[in-house]
Amino acid sequence: MTAADAIPRKRQKFLPTLFRTTAFKLTAAYLVIFALFAAFVLGYVAWNAKRLLDDQIRSTIDAEIQGLAEQQRQGGIRRLVNIIERRSRAPGASLYLVTTPVGERIAGNVEAIPPGTLDRTGESEIEYARSSETVDKPSHALVRVYLLPAGFRLLVGRDLEERERLGIVIRRAAGWSLALVFVLGCFASWFVARRVLKRIDGMSETAHGIMEGDLEGRIAITGTGDELDRLALNLNAMLDRIGELMAGMQQVTDNIAHDLKTPLTRLRNRAEEALRTARSPDELRAALDGAIEEADNLIRVFNALLMIARLEAGRVSDNMSELDISEIVSGLAELYEPLAEEAGLSLTCEVAPSLKIRGNRELIGQALNNLIDNALKYGAPEQGGAGTVAVSARQAGDQVELSVADHGPGIPEADRGRVFDRFVRLDTSRSKPGFGLGLSLVAGVVRLHGGVLRLEDNAPGLRVVILLPAGSPKPVDTPALAESAASTPTPNPAGVPTH
Amino acid sequence: MRLLIVEDDAEAAAYLTKAFREVGHVADHAADGLEGYAMAEGGGYDVLVIDRMLPRLDGLSLIRSLREQKDDTPALILSALAQVDDRVKGLRAGGDDYLPKPYAFSELLARVEVLARRRGAPASEPTTYRVGDLVLDRLAHRVTREGQEIVLQPREFRLLEYLMKHAGQVVTRTMLLENVWDYHFDPQTNVIDVHVSRLRAKVDKGFEPPMIHTIRGAGYMVRDSR
Repeated sequence: MTAADAIPRKRQKFLPTLFRTTAFKLTAAYLVIFALFAAFVLGYVAWNAKRLLDDQIRSTIDAEIQGLAEQQRQGGIRRLVNIIERRSRAPGASLYLVTTPVGERIAGNVEAIPPGTLDRTGESEIEYARSSETVDKPSHALVRVYLLPAGFRLLVGRDLEERERLGIVIRRAAGWSLALVFVLGCFASWFVARRVLKRIDGMSETAHGIMEGDLEGRIAITGTGDELDRLALNLNAMLDRIGELMAGMQQVTDNIAHDLKTPLTRLRNRAEEALRTARSPDELRAALDGAIEEADNLIRVFNALLMIARLEAGRVSDNMSELDISEIVSGLAELYEPLAEEAGLSLTCEVAPSLKIRGNRELIGQALNNLIDNALKYGAPEQGGAGTVAVSARQAGDQVELSVADHGPGIPEADRGRVFDRFVRLDTSRSKPGFGLGLSLVAGVVRLHGGVLRLEDNAPGLRVVILLPAGSPKPVDTPALAESAASTPTPNPAGVPTH
Repeated sequence: MRLLIVEDDAEAAAYLTKAFREVGHVADHAADGLEGYAMAEGGGYDVLVIDRMLPRLDGLSLIRSLREQKDDTPALILSALAQVDDRVKGLRAGGDDYLPKPYAFSELLARVEVLARRRGAPASEPTTYRVGDLVLDRLAHRVTREGQEIVLQPREFRLLEYLMKHAGQVVTRTMLLENVWDYHFDPQTNVIDVHVSRLRAKVDKGFEPPMIHTIRGAGYMVRDSR
């Protein structure tokens, strides 16, 4: 799907999309929870109100029964009947009924009651009709039956209409409030989801754009600092990083294309020329030797590039151990000393004993090797005369400082930043052997070991300084040792460290 | 010398068997790990040359299985993985040497011959190496030629020691760098040549015949040419 047709499709399916958003689902879930909660609260209130009303009715009935029973005790059944007849006519009266022991009605305002009601003394809820009313709709009442002396029965009750009315009010309130919650909730969720959806869609569109090849696209930041903004900031930072890596890779690809094509072309030309012109087996042999040498150079470039790539991916760190860096530095100085002599340079080595770092021996060795190799290649003084390449290692606080210094032309300040890039060679004529990978590799190794790489002016010449975190245990820093370390170097013109 | 080459790339295998046969060795070929294991188990080989990535059973597992069977035939691992860790893994699995691809055949041949010789050698190293009139006393750290003492730097002594230990065999520059200096990286220059020529100046100058020979396109060899 392309970014262009994504927009109309989005419009068309906006509602289904809306229902699928996280914001909508969350809001819906909240809505349900809130509605359940509201229903629970209303239900609780209703139940309590009913209980309160029932209690009230019950105590009213009890009071009346006691009063009537008292009247009966004082004035007999006749007096009771009179009182009931009188009370029955009052508006909003309670329900009364007095019967003989055999169940004949004597007085009262209740007409139809379910059969058997009078047989149960105590409290019950019944359907009834008043004597004055037409029996179209039975009412509910809470009644109590009291057994009078001599078998007469007295029924007193209160209509439950009030309670029912309250129930209706509460049910109606519940209905309305739930409806309101639902409507408001829907509206809120639609609003929230749409807002979030809009921003997410913005992100998706940016992502689509980037997939389509617009690598400059970035997600808009609203500036509210909310979680979506933070996500957008991080995504943008990630995109920037990817962009940098892509640019770096592009540059490397271009450089590889150039630097591998050159020797490949040479290789091909040589082979072709040998085929065309060589007459004797010896000439062919020489051409083949040349071809193999070119191929070996190509392999070296590949290996160096692979190594740099692995270093930059930080994938070598599992092979770290504690190293005696002093031994490595003096060993390398010793390895290169004859070569220096052959190049007309003297190599001096000033190494404090037993310096320890944590690292990968072969990588550190390769890095130092590259630096010394560079110093020997480019470190001859421009005016001629005896040049010196000075290799040193010493403790500097909680770091180990390694340095390789020469008296060659050095590196101009302006170029110091870029010599660590791959395939950068300051020797524009490219007359000296090399691929411009040596310092990139050194930089990669130093970074992997958590160190710092500095290029300094050796006035004249170049001084490359590597600072690496010292490993434990720290060498004993006694004055005597420091003195002996300082005095080791100079009287050793051959540069071979004293063992 | 009988060799088993376990390599799945038919062309590389054909090249190797042909090259080894040309220099007078017997070379068999297995095209995958299981076949290689079966053939190696049959025994009778002096050296195994094993590609690291093989179908059915990879090279490291093959070597590990052999070592579990108490088969200690020297094994050289060939691998396109050339990084430091890969070499360490290869040696840990029981390999005796590790050569990254692409390699020069001369390098492979020199290493295989050293491995084969090591197998036949007695368990303890002799205390004295003797090639013609050149004598190296490992205990006294003394080198003499025609009875005259030659004074060597410690590293020069170890260089000559390694060359004399493998007298009559080609020793490559990488082998010297690995065994004398214990460096497993690429110096990209002819450092080793300079050291050997210094050693040669001390050992061969003023004596006849020369002992340290340069083998073109391969490395060096100490040999009494009389």
